[in-house]
Amino acid sequence: MRLIDKRARVSRRTLLRTGAAVAVAAPVALAAGQAIAAAPVAVTGEAFATLVKLARDIYPHDRLADAIYAKVIEGIDTAAKDDADAKKLLMDGVAALDSAAMGMKHASYAAVPSYDERLEILKTMETSPFFQKIRGALVTGIYNNQEVWPVFGYEGESAALGGYINRGFGDIDWLDKV
Amino acid sequence: MATFDLNDATVVVVVGSGAGGGTLSNELAQKGIKVVCLEAGGRHEMEDFQNDEWGSFGQISWLDKRTTSGTWRVAKDFAGLPAWIVKAVGGSTVHWAGASLRFQEHEFKVKTVYGDIKGASLLDWPITLAEMEPYYDRAEKKMGTTRTNGIPGLPGNNNYKVLEAGAKRLGYKEVHTGRMSINSEPRDDRGSCQQIGFCFQGCKSGAKWSTLIAEIPKGEATGNLEVRPNSQVLTIEHDDAGKVTGVVYADKDGKQQRQKARVVCVAGNTIESPRLLLNSASAKFPDGLANSSGQVGKNYMRHMTASVYATFERPVHMYRGTTMAGIVQDEARNDPSRGFVGGYELETLSLGLPFMAAFLDPGGWGRDFAAAMDAYDHMAGMWIVGEDMPQESNRVTLHATEKDQHGLPVPNVHFDDHPNDVAMREHAWTQGSAIYDAVKATKTYRTPPYPSTHNMGTNRMSENARDGVVNKHGQTHDIANLFISDGSQFTTGAAENPTLTIVALAVRQADFIAEQMGKNAI
Repeated sequence: MRLIDKRARVSRRTLLRTGAAVAVAAPVALAAGQAIAAAPVAVTGEAFATLVKLARDIYPHDRLADAIYAKVIEGIDTAAKDDADAKKLLMDGVAALDSAAMGMKHASYAAVPSYDERLEILKTMETSPFFQKIRGALVTGIYNNQEVWPVFGYEGESAALGGYINRGFGDIDWLDKV
Repeated sequence: MATFDLNDATVVVVVGSGAGGGTLSNELAQKGIKVVCLEAGGRHEMEDFQNDEWGSFGQISWLDKRTTSGTWRVAKDFAGLPAWIVKAVGGSTVHWAGASLRFQEHEFKVKTVYGDIKGASLLDWPITLAEMEPYYDRAEKKMGTTRTNGIPGLPGNNNYKVLEAGAKRLGYKEVHTGRMSINSEPRDDRGSCQQIGFCFQGCKSGAKWSTLIAEIPKGEATGNLEVRPNSQVLTIEHDDAGKVTGVVYADKDGKQQRQKARVVCVAGNTIESPRLLLNSASAKFPDGLANSSGQVGKNYMRHMTASVYATFERPVHMYRGTTMAGIVQDEARNDPSRGFVGGYELETLSLGLPFMAAFLDPGGWGRDFAAAMDAYDHMAGMWIVGEDMPQESNRVTLHATEKDQHGLPVPNVHFDDHPNDVAMREHAWTQGSAIYDAVKATKTYRTPPYPSTHNMGTNRMSENARDGVVNKHGQTHDIANLFISDGSQFTTGAAENPTLTIVALAVRQADFIAEQMGKNAI
């Protein structure tokens, strides 16, 4: 089967030529927890960091860098800059998240160490407009972000490449072995 | 290309340019009849289509305001999007996957065969399979349907091969790459399938039949057809005698125009067609046009649908190649011993990563959801499509307060599953999962219905005027020169994808209209 390079959105030839696969792959493969350069315009820096943590907890993909989640939160933050209601929804939402975390785990949300414990907190507010706004934005913000498609093994546009008629549309080779 | 005057009262006005309207327009034009086809959406040619799910969704979908009610999950997850259909020249044939299946004989007479099913408003069609066969022949020929007329089947892609291997291990016999109106070899001045994928986003090679590429240009070439895009019909008008005289539509600038007509054929798909009749209510027809039976908008059907996705240890890359790449037909029969009447088809389906995130488990999140998405390239998928029970309470109505951009009431789509639908879906989910388990799926997913792509029944065909809206020719029982030309005329839905039957009915209706016009009966 024709498999695809899941490390980054660059050709294999480029990788071989540079001999620096890790560096080239960096935009997508940055480790979780890497510092985020974004400067929030509507919410506080602390709230922004909590929102990024929340974003990853909603759709937890170890192979995605924090920067991918931060980009979605950045979009939400930017849209809230001149929208008092949206800004309030975000700030109140983060406050509610922290308050629930304090009540249940005696720490702010971002400081609750285990995913399972944070999940317990999220379960109590998954139907809230705040949670749904973040989740809704992530569905397109994460999975419609072309930068991450190779990580999931999705190849995107194909017509310009002649379709898959000569590129493995029917090349599955393991069915008789299972 | 022809242009006709707004005051030319000799033209046939066709509302909509999809499977029904686009086909009918061409067929009439070929017979020398002058046609003005009014299409609410814009005209996007194949080079404009996008291999980009959300981009294409924004480009071609019908996104005008609609509301939903009822217990169906679509009303919760996609409250403003009851149907996933197209607003563009070519209608939903731009988006369709190409599956072209004839109805089975018993599916034209389900009231007789199934008997009385509690809560279901079943009715026999006023036509039989035998009467439809010559028109199915003509439809398959014009559409270049594979496995008909000596046209070979398409090659199977990876998604199909998984389905086929599992289905055969399970003992299913009728397993093949489908009867598809996608060229498997060059035909009708169009090339063969390049296995691009993105069939739902508009075929960029032209291998897939659509009215946009295969009917409308031929009609236009006769000099008898004018297609006006960005022209949304708002009301149909009539005279004191109760005959329709033309339509009022909003042009591309939102300005209202009045096109006179000798005959009006409505093919706006199953939500807009009844809405147009209801919005055309007048002093003479206070309940809406052609609605003496009270049936306009009722019996809305959307097929019993669902999906099964499965992940495997090794890669599949299901998105490569045709979206609907093959079918299992063994469950399409009527066999009430399974616990329900009617049957269903299992057809491969793939979604790209963006739509998989939106539709796999709408509203889903957390570790399990992320794990499923992590396995996206190891995933195979199928769509389940089966006969659903018509119910009077499933209906399209005019919203009491919400208005659209033209100031007209928006449609509300109400739907509740019938117990037969629920039982059939459960059976299909189980069988679909078993197919994938037979080739060692690591996990299977029962995905709920998407917003409706198969919309049927809201202006149904009936022998007696009291039971439905149109007769066996799609002619309204009440108004001789008013026709319904889309899937809304379906009496019942059958298990098969509806497009081939819509096209066959349009071919048949064109013959009837020409004959009636020739006799000056209309």
